[in-house]
Amino acid sequence: MENTLSKKTKNVLTVVAIALFLILVYIGDITISPGSSWKMMITVIEKGSIFALVAASMNLLNGFTGLFSLGQAGFMLIGAYTYAIFTIPAKSHNAVYQYFDGGLIKWSLVEILEDKIGIVGHYIGMLIPMIGAGLLVAVIAFLIGIPVLRLKSDYLAIATLGFAEILRAFFQWNTLGPVTNGSNVLRKYATYDNAIFPVVVSGICIAIILLLINSTYGRAFRAIRDDEIAAEAMGVNLFKHKEMSFVISSFFAGISGALLAMFQTTINATPFNTVMTYEILLIVVIGGIGSITGSIIGAFLFTAASEWWLRGLDAGSWLGINSSLMRPGFRKVVFAILIMLVVLFYAQGIMGSREFSWDSFLAWIKGRPEAIKTWPARRKAKAAAKKEARATKAAARAKAKAAKDEGEAKKASGEKLFTALPVSDEVMVFGKEGK
Amino acid sequence: MINTWLPYILAGIAVGGQYALIAIGYTMVYGILRLINFAHGDVFMWAGLIMVYLVTILPIWASIIVVIIFAILLGTSIEKVAYRPLRSAPRMSIMISAIGVSYLLQNFALYITGGLTKTYPTIKWLQKSVKIGSASTKMVTVITPILTIVLVVLLVLLIQKTKIGMAMRAVSRDFETSSLMGIDINRVITVTFVIGCGLAAIGSVLYFSNYTGIQPMSGAMPGLKAFVAAVFGGIGSVPGAVVGAFIIGVCENLIKGAGWTTFSDAFTFVLLIIILMVKPTGLFGEKNIDKV
Repeated sequence: MENTLSKKTKNVLTVVAIALFLILVYIGDITISPGSSWKMMITVIEKGSIFALVAASMNLLNGFTGLFSLGQAGFMLIGAYTYAIFTIPAKSHNAVYQYFDGGLIKWSLVEILEDKIGIVGHYIGMLIPMIGAGLLVAVIAFLIGIPVLRLKSDYLAIATLGFAEILRAFFQWNTLGPVTNGSNVLRKYATYDNAIFPVVVSGICIAIILLLINSTYGRAFRAIRDDEIAAEAMGVNLFKHKEMSFVISSFFAGISGALLAMFQTTINATPFNTVMTYEILLIVVIGGIGSITGSIIGAFLFTAASEWWLRGLDAGSWLGINSSLMRPGFRKVVFAILIMLVVLFYAQGIMGSREFSWDSFLAWIKGRPEAIKTWPARRKAKAAAKKEARATKAAARAKAKAAKDEGEAKKASGEKLFTALPVSDEVMVFGKEGK
Repeated sequence: MINTWLPYILAGIAVGGQYALIAIGYTMVYGILRLINFAHGDVFMWAGLIMVYLVTILPIWASIIVVIIFAILLGTSIEKVAYRPLRSAPRMSIMISAIGVSYLLQNFALYITGGLTKTYPTIKWLQKSVKIGSASTKMVTVITPILTIVLVVLLVLLIQKTKIGMAMRAVSRDFETSSLMGIDINRVITVTFVIGCGLAAIGSVLYFSNYTGIQPMSGAMPGLKAFVAAVFGGIGSVPGAVVGAFIIGVCENLIKGAGWTTFSDAFTFVLLIIILMVKPTGLFGEKNIDKV
């Protein structure tokens, strides 16, 4: 490309774009009234950014290191619980842990720090349990990784899925009730008050993931994905790098779990099941396995479609179409079919393994008018090519049929179709052909 | 002592038989396609769900037959639509496709049922109570292991003695070579799915007769457990899957009997991880498949 932008311009553009987006989100969340249908957009941005983070973390593992792990929901669960347990206000403990005598932990980190250093303490009190949640998940992932990462492809998938289920059972265990509240919901913990919070947090985390992917470690991960044996021969310590990727991915899954807890305002272990992991995996697939940009786009599309655009399918009318087929649950069916279409016919996803860059973006924008202008011509060409292909196929079929008919006719008239090869009486000896 | 544990052991054997019927579908498909058919548990759930709707219009015996046919059609069409086009694609894509099908089947069930738990029809004959030793139990508990073993013996005979069975063994040994030898791979795979889904449908009749309630997620857990049973017994081996399923069923119920119900599901996965660490080929696995 001739007119690439200088690095400085690109950085400026990136900063401006991010700042603009953040300002819009902030203002949007303040000004849009709760009753407005545009409020849904804010919800989508919040949830989308949380799922973008967990999808990026799964992509780091599945797309960049080639480890097909399905434990993401379990790690999010630990993150969500850890965050919630340490931020429930002291006075609410009796109400939340009503079946467990007010629980074991009688204090909240948010309150303690808020008392000491005011409003700044409030946010620090939220950040510490969030990062702590990530670290706890990382430690658990480290321990799980030691046995599990020796497995390959589908066995790894089943084993991680199994661990996620074990974790879910563990958190619902009644004996742990004083800490996890058993199978009851946790609620009343500290949450954020503007949509900008999850956007900023997951933005920072995704930036870290991107930096990691472009570092030497990231290259080692990709080497492992492409060919383990070759990577090992090149001096990449397989186990160390797999473990590293697994632990880092789980750390960010834990953070996103904490964010999800804040978004939902109540949490329970039940929804963190295999379906949740499948949804995260499908986001990664829609975006493109091996593209962080794709994961982000996929996450926003997924949440927007399932929470916002396809809502009407559940309510009975969508895009002006009314049907008695549209009752609760229909949205998810349509959605699942769309996903299957992507999986079957568009397997590389939206971005494939490419990443966003200003150069290609501008080139794409510049190419649009030309593309639109030539669109009818291209469509005609495509249709003609299709017609031609169909014609050749039909011709081939007709030829085959004619040949077959000819054979049948010959067979019917008693003609021999195959003449047997002459059997030689002489034994052929190597090198003494024909005496 | 034996009196307290006997009911759990009996229940365990029954559940084990039901897992075995599902596990055969997993182990055969994995043996041939090297694919964990994540949708298999959902085919099982759908067989149960269809039964709920069918009994309102058909007599029980007829609906059982229709359910089996339905499950076979569902399984083979999943194979045709979702797995066949990806035959030459990397293994990860076909697995993602399986997960997508599972997601679709669950969501469709959610739509049909409206998220409510449906009551499984009672089959009177299966609910009759019988006495074994000092424990009284339902007929289904007695019938399941017997039926399972009969079906498995028939299946093993099919695999060992018939031409299609020979083709199956050949394909599971070497996919490409057997296609070069003139075996119609697609037909073998279809037959595999027919057998697997048919057995899963029979399993669903027995399983849900025991549990009465059925909802869209009912298939996921038994499905995963049956897969673990298949791995435990040595993936690709039918008798192995059955033995594995019985062991898992009994252990799970003994754990429940000991008062650790929360961890009865978790136990299965602990077992999976242990078996993959210690003996990755499973109990009856013959050759070293590249999995660890």
